[in-house]
Amino acid sequence: MNEMMQHSIFFGGVLSLLTYGMGMAFRKRWKFALFNPLLISIVACILFLIAFEIDYETYYEGAKYLSYLLTPATVCLAIPLYEQLTVLGRNWKAILGGILSGVLTSFGSIFILASLFHLDHSAYVTLLPKSITTAIGMGVAEELGGYVTICVAIIILTGIWGNILAGILCRILRITHPIAKGVAIGSSSHAIGTVKAMEMGIVEGAMSSLSIVISGILTVIGAPIFAQFL
Amino acid sequence: MKYIRQFAIILTISFIGEGCHFFIPLPIPASIYGLLILLFALRAGIVRVESVQDVGRFLVEIMPLMFIPAAVGLMETWPLLEPVFVPFLVILVVSTILVMAVTGWCTQGILRLEEKKKKESRTYE
Repeated sequence: MNEMMQHSIFFGGVLSLLTYGMGMAFRKRWKFALFNPLLISIVACILFLIAFEIDYETYYEGAKYLSYLLTPATVCLAIPLYEQLTVLGRNWKAILGGILSGVLTSFGSIFILASLFHLDHSAYVTLLPKSITTAIGMGVAEELGGYVTICVAIIILTGIWGNILAGILCRILRITHPIAKGVAIGSSSHAIGTVKAMEMGIVEGAMSSLSIVISGILTVIGAPIFAQFL
Repeated sequence: MKYIRQFAIILTISFIGEGCHFFIPLPIPASIYGLLILLFALRAGIVRVESVQDVGRFLVEIMPLMFIPAAVGLMETWPLLEPVFVPFLVILVVSTILVMAVTGWCTQGILRLEEKKKKESRTYE
């Protein structure tokens, strides 16, 4: 099977799209938070590759064209943000204050939990950038002496968890204001969470996009300080 | 033509972002530079919203698909991740809940406070 698929450049893309479509159908049928299209697609792709003994490289040969579009797509997050600039201007104190509280909570909670689990310095700094966008987070982990590959995995898992969590958590904790929802999602689960915020509404999406940028920068500044604690 | 031009603008800005990432010694990726450049260009009137919004909306809409390849790559990282998986997973699950909750509450709290202040100042007038 692997050999046959090695000759295909469309296999990876087809598998990604079909499993995502399957995930959307699941969510439509059952309104259950774990039936998250992204999570279903990822799990289904991995199971498929394992079941048919297909290498990740073979899959990636086709799927890399999806990854290729990630930078242009992130650039385009500027469009909803531009359309919401007046909202940003009018509420900048709340937005900045919220993001700052989020970054500090992330550092603080990771420090406490890492101490409880008796993690060493390298493991601790690998976790510190977990809530920010992959490309920035990798740089932070590398600079502080963490494990870059694991850091990428942790960032992706955090994003997926945030994407799943966002709807329920905002409902239970009565976070109802669109700006607050967007800032909360973007600060905790970067671009993968932002996908969910975009589904919720334009203000949520724009604020989440903004939070990726600002929490990323604040983490670059703050992580070296917090890294010294453990 | 419309789509070609829009895609050209978006890819060009991504390319300029790559240039910034290459020349500026900060751990900021090309995509974030690109986002800030496009935002600035829109604000300054160099690029009009109409010249990017169709392709932009399409790309943002299909964005979830772009995370699948990297996430499926977790199967390659698994041997490295396995020995630390349980503590790391507990930490990221708990910490993400806390970050989302605190950020949401703080933002909402400040928003309500400001609204109240505005109302009060209006009554004084």
